[in-house]
Amino acid sequence: MANVQTPDALLVKNYVAGDESALATLINRHQSKIYGFIFSKIADRDLTDDIFQDTFIKVIKTLKSNSYNEEGKFLPWVMRIAHNLIIDHFRKNKKMPMFRETEEFSIFSIMSDGSHTIENQMITEQVEKDLKKLIEELPEDQKQVLVMRIYQDLSFKEISEITGVSINTALGRMRYALMNLRKVIDKHQIILTN
Amino acid sequence: MAKIYSKETLVTPSMKPKKETVSFLLNYSKALSFLKVGNLKLEVIAN
Repeated sequence: MANVQTPDALLVKNYVAGDESALATLINRHQSKIYGFIFSKIADRDLTDDIFQDTFIKVIKTLKSNSYNEEGKFLPWVMRIAHNLIIDHFRKNKKMPMFRETEEFSIFSIMSDGSHTIENQMITEQVEKDLKKLIEELPEDQKQVLVMRIYQDLSFKEISEITGVSINTALGRMRYALMNLRKVIDKHQIILTN
Repeated sequence: MAKIYSKETLVTPSMKPKKETVSFLLNYSKALSFLKVGNLKLEVIAN
């Protein structure tokens, strides 16, 4: 039997009409994606929880006050709220968001070639380091789209809605990011193979 | 030919907020209502 899932838009409608359980379903459905997105920028569990909480407080207030008018785009809307709160957080702390490796999280630690030999591990670590350096060299707008698409698995539609640019612009930035990466790799004859 | 370094998708591993955070949000939602007074919308939190 097919697994039929209630659409977000219907859950939002039910919630606005007073069905509190619809909110629990929405949170349960999207919590990993939203929490993961915030954590990828903040890299601190407690702060991520705070921003996740603030994000949903805004969501609840907007829905309960009948100010929501983006039916059918619930997740991108919530992600945009989270994105804005992350920017506010960094503004408050006067720091630019950076992907710092901690004991708890490394964006590159999830890249694996499936084997466990010491040599392969060393090569993989070097490739990851090189690639990380190359990505860091990209212009901010291109880097942002590349990281959202590749590491956070967001669609171009979601990226365009979060960053406030058109899908075509997001696609263009991804294309230029990849072209620039290839150019630098060719120019410096960097070997990124394992 | 470009080489792919990974076999699996590069998605951040599944992470979830604390149970207390979700519980707070659900309770906050139940307690919150809006009262319309003229053009104003006032937040009301039930105790």
